[in-house]
Amino acid sequence: MRHKKIMIDEVMNLLKLEHVSKVYKGGKKAVDDVTLSFNKGEFIAFIGTSGSGKTTTMRMINRMIEPTSGKITLDGEDLSQKDPVHLRRGIGYVIQQIGLLPHLTIRDNIVLVPKLLKWPDEKRQEIAKNLIELVDLPEEFLDRYPGELSGGQQQRIGVVRALAADQDIILMDEPFGALDPITRDSLQDLVKDLQQRLGKTIIFVTHDMDEAIKLADRIVIMREGKVVQFDTPENILREPADKFVEEFIGEDRLLQARPNVTTVEQIMLKTPVSISPAKSLNEAIKLMRDKRVDTLLVVDDAGFLKGFIDVESIDYNKNKATSVADIMNKQVFFVRKDSLIRDTVQRILKRGIKNVPVVDENSKLVGIVTRTSLVDMVYDSIWGDDSEDESDAAEVHSTTTEKVE
Amino acid sequence: MIQFLQTYGSELMVKIGEHLYISFFALLLGVVVAVPLGILLTRFHKAASFFIGLASILQTVPSLAILALMIPVLGIGKFPAIVALFVYSLLPILRNTYLGVKNVDPNLKDAAKGMGMTTMQQIIMVEVPLAMPVIMSGIRLGAVYVIAWATLASYIGAGGLGDFIFNGLNLYQTDLILGGAIPVTLLAMLTDFLLGILETKLSPVFLRTEK
Repeated sequence: MRHKKIMIDEVMNLLKLEHVSKVYKGGKKAVDDVTLSFNKGEFIAFIGTSGSGKTTTMRMINRMIEPTSGKITLDGEDLSQKDPVHLRRGIGYVIQQIGLLPHLTIRDNIVLVPKLLKWPDEKRQEIAKNLIELVDLPEEFLDRYPGELSGGQQQRIGVVRALAADQDIILMDEPFGALDPITRDSLQDLVKDLQQRLGKTIIFVTHDMDEAIKLADRIVIMREGKVVQFDTPENILREPADKFVEEFIGEDRLLQARPNVTTVEQIMLKTPVSISPAKSLNEAIKLMRDKRVDTLLVVDDAGFLKGFIDVESIDYNKNKATSVADIMNKQVFFVRKDSLIRDTVQRILKRGIKNVPVVDENSKLVGIVTRTSLVDMVYDSIWGDDSEDESDAAEVHSTTTEKVE
Repeated sequence: MIQFLQTYGSELMVKIGEHLYISFFALLLGVVVAVPLGILLTRFHKAASFFIGLASILQTVPSLAILALMIPVLGIGKFPAIVALFVYSLLPILRNTYLGVKNVDPNLKDAAKGMGMTTMQQIIMVEVPLAMPVIMSGIRLGAVYVIAWATLASYIGAGGLGDFIFNGLNLYQTDLILGGAIPVTLLAMLTDFLLGILETKLSPVFLRTEK
């Protein structure tokens, strides 16, 4: 089997398109001299109006469409020299219409590519179990048929199917376009999380600017077969290349551009009140009184966030429990320090939580966001920012929220 | 009735056997030729209309004429009868296979190809299983045609239940005519029923539960 596992340098370009064009019969240029290069582990979003060539460009990467001219290289190897069938088995593929095979069980659908690659049966069983767990669906679903699942559940399967053979690159063609907003939101979170956790390179086609900004590390904006702008969401929002891009982004987003790209880290309080799980309840109460707070975050010695305790639970369990670990609530909602405020704010406000701990990429506690500072951010984005320094703002509100209510 | 069975019972069994023999091989040949051809045609859409048109034209040639035409080429007996009936089974099987495979959701074909299936794997693992109900109903239709028309094979000396009917017609004996016609009808219905069960068994589970 000609299926080589490729070792590459982190900084080297994984995928390169050089002067790639696609001309259909009758002279219609779908893709016009596109040159792009993507790094390993990047989340790339192609965005553009319909007919802009974004899907065509993506489909040339797994040779579902052959370029008329130009060269595409993967790890320095010319795609046109590779066997298309083997190439496609190494590239995950997710489409808007989901495309689960209706006559196969969910299990057989998930491990379809491993089966094509003739991986042993035990290994396939294991993959199916691991992957269904990864997307938070019960294991019983493995024996069901796609028709018995909801659209959102089916697309979760569609996403993990693209991971089953440990593909490094995953192509996604408007995968969430047909889903309702709530389901779409949760699937976006899932894909972003998988990409960050597993280090996958994702090439994602969408026509939804919000989706592109939320997910992508870099965005390719296309129009009439040409690349208009290729940059990070922040830079595109800050400096749109031309009028077309400006219109495409929309006035609203440009106005909100500043708060849009603020990360949680920039507004969080860097000194959250925390306690170790081994401490006694009396110590916890004393700490609460000293710091004038009603909730303590529980953090182990290494700095990992374990849960939280609040005044009510201490009061309720005063006679039964002795240590913080006994009564701590492990169901703690937290955010990553590098997530964008615009994604986070609604979730926090909707849940009605007063404080949200902030963790770094290793799940270590680094700060806390208070509800008041978020509300302030929302006001800023509506009525503009009166040159108030963010850290000052956070400081001022911190005192109000930390009071025991 | 009882008297008829006493007189012709053993002969009836032989004739039913001959009838089934001719029909079975004609249909088998039809399936073996028309199913792969139908699948192949989905890859060449331009050739498809030609071949299906050709099969439709063959269908319109009167069956007696086809049987008669077989005589100078293949002589008389069971073999030319099988060939002639095979021609009749072609159209329903070919057309249903072609349409069934062609109408499989293009998104599923795209997904199958995009995941790295070879053309053969796409056909065997995706297209044929999903088109199976349509292909099977073509085969059922072909089977009923073949069993009904196998009656005429008696004219070129192939035997079968047609012998009873034509003897009855020649001798003005109604019991012989009915003794041939009723078993033919029953055979056709039984075959259709059995193939119907097979169709359900071969259909994808998700389609089965909807019925």
